[in-house]
Amino acid sequence: MTNFRLGSGRRRGTRRLPGPFVILTFLAPALVLYGVIFLWPVATAMTNGFFSWAGTARGPFVGLDNFATLMGLEPYASQFSRALLNNLVFFVGTMVVQNGVGLILAFLLVGRIRGKRFFQTVISVPYLMSALVIGYAWSMMLSPQFGSLNALLKQFGIEPIAWLGTPELIMPILILINAWQWIGVTMLIFGAGLAGIPAESLEAARIDGASSLRIAWSIQLPQLVPSVTIVTILTLIGCFNVFDLIFAIGGSSGGVGGAADVMGTLFYRLSFSNSPNAYGLSGAFSLIQLLLILLVTVGALRILRRVERRFS
Amino acid sequence: MTRRIGIYVVLIVAAVLSALPNLLVLIGSLRPNADIIANPTGVPTSLYFGNYVRAWEEGSIGTYFVNSLGVSAASLALALALFLPASYAIGRWRFKGAGVVLALFLLGLMVPLKIGIIPLVQMYDQWGLIDNPVGLVLIYTAQAGPLMVLILSTFYRQLPDSIEEAALIDGASPFQTFLRVMTPLMKPAIASAVILSIGPIWNDFFMPLVLIRSDANFTIPVGISSFFGEYGADRGMLFAGIVIAVAPVVFFFVLAMRQIVGGLTAGIEK
Repeated sequence: MTNFRLGSGRRRGTRRLPGPFVILTFLAPALVLYGVIFLWPVATAMTNGFFSWAGTARGPFVGLDNFATLMGLEPYASQFSRALLNNLVFFVGTMVVQNGVGLILAFLLVGRIRGKRFFQTVISVPYLMSALVIGYAWSMMLSPQFGSLNALLKQFGIEPIAWLGTPELIMPILILINAWQWIGVTMLIFGAGLAGIPAESLEAARIDGASSLRIAWSIQLPQLVPSVTIVTILTLIGCFNVFDLIFAIGGSSGGVGGAADVMGTLFYRLSFSNSPNAYGLSGAFSLIQLLLILLVTVGALRILRRVERRFS
Repeated sequence: MTRRIGIYVVLIVAAVLSALPNLLVLIGSLRPNADIIANPTGVPTSLYFGNYVRAWEEGSIGTYFVNSLGVSAASLALALALFLPASYAIGRWRFKGAGVVLALFLLGLMVPLKIGIIPLVQMYDQWGLIDNPVGLVLIYTAQAGPLMVLILSTFYRQLPDSIEEAALIDGASPFQTFLRVMTPLMKPAIASAVILSIGPIWNDFFMPLVLIRSDANFTIPVGISSFFGEYGADRGMLFAGIVIAVAPVVFFFVLAMRQIVGGLTAGIEK
């Protein structure tokens, strides 16, 4: 079983609890910094959205006006829904490619494979590279004139393609790049899940004459459900917060014609635009973003938990 | 037998697909720019390090690199100083409100600080922390908190009670017990926490993009971004800049593969 309540674990005996002053000394420095630098700005941003702003000066309380503007007034409304949809497409696309390939690789690396650590390392290296740098590197390789991909295709007589200059291609390319970066980690997490299955149960199934495919389907896959939960949540949070990769490939406008405009880039433009009410709109947007992330994450967790229970 | 060969073929193809783009960047960084323009997919005939020299000096990647090193090291040190004791308290003592404290930290795993950027800018403006590396250090420390608390408190909790009790019976104060007895046992967990925190700090782009104004204070990612705007046509130099930007984390990663696998799966309790 996966335990997402990571605060839990083994509880043994009764521990001697020191006095409140000692506890506070241990906790206070961390809580103060975390509170001032993280919790306070995030909480303040939420309240900013309920006021009208004139530049950096806070104006009157306007209730939900900023939210109504974002969702009902052009050009915000169509940009908002497009960004949300793009985040969703980005997430689903990434999940399919990354988990499909990651799962296959994890299965192949079970048991005694020569060079296991080598394969694991090479395939996971992109994960630690910055998404921004990866974006720049790919944009150079995909450049129409001097990029290596078009140069390669030319050998086969294929005319240069404006990969990132075609609105229809930008999102699929971004999904592939993102999946390329995360396949290694997915493979490692699935691999850890597979490694946790006792060798005896696999051996017993094999003696009973079960085929490898049958073992994978009936014994290994159900055991992987907790790993799927972890990967899904990680991917969900990553895809809904994506900014660097999109910025490197398509700039803050989100690519040609905004074909890859996501909430991250829209939020950046809203926050640092010249609109006098930028702070109000940005605040409202941040609250929507926060609720969305929490809602989707908690929702996904609930669904995945139910699946986990069914298989355990 | 054919089955094993099939497995290796798939693995090798995956490894090549994972490594090829990185290799192309590495190869490109070792070729003079004129060569790359003339033949984008060529291989270097001789090793050319001119791109690195120019990126480091002309392109100021050297400055960005040193800034990133300083900011990352200071952030990790401060984060450990703050979050080791906090994780100890959360992990080992069942005080009132422990659940709330943990929940507050875990919130940071889901919610990006980016959301609070406007209040943060206003606050930093008042404190003189705009265009100041110290401002970045404070942010990265706070951002490292949630993951560190998650990993460290889980591991502190799993340390046997008997060790703590023995120290207390010997007359050690709670602080001495924490620092001299329990924390030295945490080396693998600390290693995991540090390794998993390095990437997001070293790679962060958004914060310096918004908060740092002068070239002399840029860290690597935002430096690379301005570098791309400035030297867009000099592909050799851009490739060299990319290699310098990713080299430290990749180096760390290869060194610490075991800890990373362990850290990633720390959440899976059987």
